[in-house]
Amino acid sequence: MLSSERFIERLKEEGFSFFTGVPCSLLSGLISCLESRPDYLPAVREDAAVGLCAGAYMAGRLPVLLMQNSGLGYSLNAFTSLNLIYKIPVLVIMSWRGHLGKDAPEHIIMGEINEDLLKTADMEYAVLSDENCEEVLARARTVIGEGLPFTLLVKKGQFDERH
Amino acid sequence: MKGTEAFRVIVPLLGDRPVVHANGYICRESFQVQDREANFYMIGSMGLASSIGLGVALGRPDRQVVVFDGDGNVLMAMGTLAMIAAAQPKNLVHVVFDNQVYESTGSQRSLSGEIPLDEVARSVGYRHTERVANEEELAAAFQRMLAEPGPSFLLVKVEPGFDPATGRVTHSPEEIRDRFMRALK
Ligand SMILES: Cc1ncc(C[n+]2csc(CCOP(=O)(O)OP(=O)(O)O)c2C)c(N)n1
Ligand SMILES: [Mg+2]
Repeated sequence: MLSSERFIERLKEEGFSFFTGVPCSLLSGLISCLESRPDYLPAVREDAAVGLCAGAYMAGRLPVLLMQNSGLGYSLNAFTSLNLIYKIPVLVIMSWRGHLGKDAPEHIIMGEINEDLLKTADMEYAVLSDENCEEVLARARTVIGEGLPFTLLVKKGQFDERH
Repeated sequence: MKGTEAFRVIVPLLGDRPVVHANGYICRESFQVQDREANFYMIGSMGLASSIGLGVALGRPDRQVVVFDGDGNVLMAMGTLAMIAAAQPKNLVHVVFDNQVYESTGSQRSLSGEIPLDEVARSVGYRHTERVANEEELAAAFQRMLAEPGPSFLLVKVEPGFDPATGRVTHSPEEIRDRFMRALK
């Protein structure tokens, strides 16, 4: 397990300075570290959060977008018709609900196709673990430096939850 | 007042302010009147001009940011009005060209004939909202909004009547991004 507090600190150290998203219980620890900060704004939908991050990026901030993988369905058009063609990067922290088919019924199909959707859209991602954290953050910075979104898939238990 | 006439009134008042444009005819009309480095033309992602504009306004509180939106675009992302009202960016002016149709896709009726979008914006918490329907009112209201703290919402009631001879935005998406980011430097 990674500490939510420490992870948010690492993101700040990496230069990320704008946070938004729609909550997932798996990300509740991360969001509770962000909620009191002035650089966090709750989003109403994931596609609106993609737009918000794009604007913040063009205004000189490095944005982080937290979402449940169900939000990938809502935001795929924004990624394909905004970020990927204008080359507007964002770090996406996406909870992997439905991983291995063990979850509530509404998460099973997205859990199964989550990786395939990202691959089909040509959106680079990594499954976060205790061991690869530094390595994937470095990779994320490289991809973001090239103007592209990078997604960290987060499985249940990867971060402490607070709800 | 037609959409083109509204753009002819408003564009000369923009100065060097960054403007985020909704997709469809909004981009083409504005591009035709005057192509500006500080124009961000959205070619897809319908509904997101308002959230992009909010992101720019929050990222650059020292710059006044304008959004050129359409009624169909606003109706698609009404939740974003809540995000703008919650964040209360003083430097955001949200202008909606309301022709009551999805003109870019063949003028199908939208819901803005029944739903007064300025009242939606006011009740959700925009600081300053106005509705205008002719050129004189438009110029005066827009200048007031540029002079006062926002978030402001200007509903510009226009008649449909896009001229199909209007050109298309000729810049590539990456050029649009680069120009816009340079203008924000
Ligand atoms: C998600 C999505 N749905 C539909 C479209 C097709 N589309 C492009 S522009 C547009 C109409 C936009 O309406 P409005 O904001 O009122 O602007 P107008 O065309 O009237 O100037 C539509 C429906 C799209 N681009 N994206
Ligand atoms: Mg319209």
